[in-house]
Amino acid sequence: MEKALKKWFPVFVLPTFAAFIIGFIWPFFQGLYLSLCRFTTVNNAQFVGLSNFVKALTDTTFKDSFFFTVSFAVVSTVVINVLAFAVALALTRSIKGTNIFRTVFFMPNLIGGIVLGYIWQILFNCVLSLLGKQLLSLNTTAGYWGLIILMAWQQIGYMMIIYVAGLQNVPPELVEAAEIDGATPLQTLFRIKLPMVMPSITICLFLTITNSFKLFDQNLALTAGEPAHATEMLALNIYNTFYARSGPQWKGIGQAKAVVFFVLVICIALSQLRATRSKEVQQ
Amino acid sequence: MKKALAILLALVLCMGLMVGCGGGSGDSGESESGSVYFLNFKPEQDEQWKAIAAAYTEATGVPVEVVTAASGQYETTLMAEMGKEAAPTLFQVNGPNGLKNWVDYCYDLSGSDIYSHLTSDDFALFNEAGEVSAVSYVIESYGIITNKTLLAEAGYTVDDIKSLADLKAVAEDITARSAELGFSAFSSAGMDGSSDWRFKTHLANLPVWAEYQAEGIGTTDAIKGTYLDNYREVWDLYINNSTCDPSQLSAKTGDDSRNEFLAGEAVFFQNGSWEYGNLVGEGKFAEEDLTMIPIYFGYGDEANQGLCTGTENYWCVNKNASEADIEATLAFINWCVTEDAAEMAESLGFVIPYDTAVESNNLFVKIANEMVAEGKTPVSWNFPTMPSEEWKNGVGTALTAYAADQTDANWDAVVSAFVDGWASEYALLAE
Repeated sequence: MEKALKKWFPVFVLPTFAAFIIGFIWPFFQGLYLSLCRFTTVNNAQFVGLSNFVKALTDTTFKDSFFFTVSFAVVSTVVINVLAFAVALALTRSIKGTNIFRTVFFMPNLIGGIVLGYIWQILFNCVLSLLGKQLLSLNTTAGYWGLIILMAWQQIGYMMIIYVAGLQNVPPELVEAAEIDGATPLQTLFRIKLPMVMPSITICLFLTITNSFKLFDQNLALTAGEPAHATEMLALNIYNTFYARSGPQWKGIGQAKAVVFFVLVICIALSQLRATRSKEVQQ
Repeated sequence: MKKALAILLALVLCMGLMVGCGGGSGDSGESESGSVYFLNFKPEQDEQWKAIAAAYTEATGVPVEVVTAASGQYETTLMAEMGKEAAPTLFQVNGPNGLKNWVDYCYDLSGSDIYSHLTSDDFALFNEAGEVSAVSYVIESYGIITNKTLLAEAGYTVDDIKSLADLKAVAEDITARSAELGFSAFSSAGMDGSSDWRFKTHLANLPVWAEYQAEGIGTTDAIKGTYLDNYREVWDLYINNSTCDPSQLSAKTGDDSRNEFLAGEAVFFQNGSWEYGNLVGEGKFAEEDLTMIPIYFGYGDEANQGLCTGTENYWCVNKNASEADIEATLAFINWCVTEDAAEMAESLGFVIPYDTAVESNNLFVKIANEMVAEGKTPVSWNFPTMPSEEWKNGVGTALTAYAADQTDANWDAVVSAFVDGWASEYALLAE
């Protein structure tokens, strides 16, 4: 078996590996290089050094979108995970029809972000106009909460599936033993179930945090950053730097922002992984 | 043996990948006579351009490929395509500020045949060295498209409207009687992304035009905003005599506005000659139902004001293309405006700024020409001198906010976006 694996190894690995290099590694390093350049098309770049980074970091819209993104990420991560866990708890009890509910909750995740964004835009605008409030494109608060509701609606189902899997892996004898020892349901939840599903929490937090930081489609479709960049998140800010400006200097600045963005997301995701990993327990 | 087979298989798979990635960079364009690759800006005219390309290929044997970018995606598509080996040989820029991105890619058209047919240097764009970087390929007009039938129902004719004051009187009278008449004066001034350019760009052209006229200049890096009060007056008129509540405008699209006009819910619809195909035809309006009046602005000699006529669509030839392809492209565009001029007028409805132009069948274009013949002065298109998309978006957001809550403070925000935004965006451009 081992011998066969060794022999056929290149057949299975080489194509994907080549695709990975062509589609990921190579563009990544090219992107790093372009962030130091002034360019209009990618293969005609002129090296300018670090000035793009200076301009990117002194751009106030970039800073504003960073803070908007952070406040969005914090709230949406908490909301999505708490609700997803609650739904998962409810759907791991032996109630009739759990499978139907799981499917229903998972379904929003199958719709693309752009489509979701436009559908929710219509919904929110309807509600806002009935309430006599300013519509989305003039209303920063509504835009912010709109994004959170949209993301929660889309992501809860997905995270729920991961939590359901985690909860089903909690050994029933542990829960039973706790009950015999007289633990209340709350104590069972916090002392037994939560520590046992830490691996699911790690992965769910990782997914929601990185998704929130990288959010683009939904942002573009729901608010497009209106009013006046107030609901513009990092990815959309980079996109706008690239395409809504005239002049070749902006491409490099956008690219520099993208590199800063990449480093930020990596740092945040890694420190989160480290923090939650340390809380995981061995079964 | 098996090992050899494994390696062979792996190689075959990799070859497949290489071929997949390398496709398209083939040398289809390297033939003796060259070929043309036109990246078209106007999605509504994709079919017509393909037909013209096919006709050219049939007549000369030179292959012409027409690819159309999705609406609003021209810059992104162009950037991606220009990075390829088989890059567009013919592309377009929108005015001098659009040219800034691409000026290094533009072939010098100074000695070309097409440039020799151009009626005026006003229709060309020049680089810093004074070379011709781009030539316009269409002149368009916009104004207020008017439903004459409804206007007559309200008891007026277009002859009653000769100034902003007249327009205001008519529109406000229609609004006062709208319940009884069953229609409104203006279709919704939608500020959704599909429609907001009608106001943040096209309507905003008028205060810029008036200021340039008054100052005797053609461009500036510091606009004063002298005529913004007139801009406010027109905007007030549009939003307060409309089919919908002004606070709903941010969600109204271009389609909404057009459909209201088509359904006879509004008399006036600000748009341009490019809307002809959408408004006239079976199940739509007949030509005699419609006309286009100037956007009166309360500035200068209003009785002799014409439609807003100009261009922002310019052709550029990619100078990095092969010699043969450049020659083929130059021959193609020259053929379009000379031998194929009738087709440009017929199928595209274009008025072209060349001495070979054939009269267009487009109603609105005809009206524009009649007005010029009557001695009326067209309003020039000055929005290509607007500093950036960013500036337009700033003005658009402020206009929408003002529409929802029409206070002086909100109008001051429009003025600030217009005047201060202009200066700061120009400062960025100069960097």
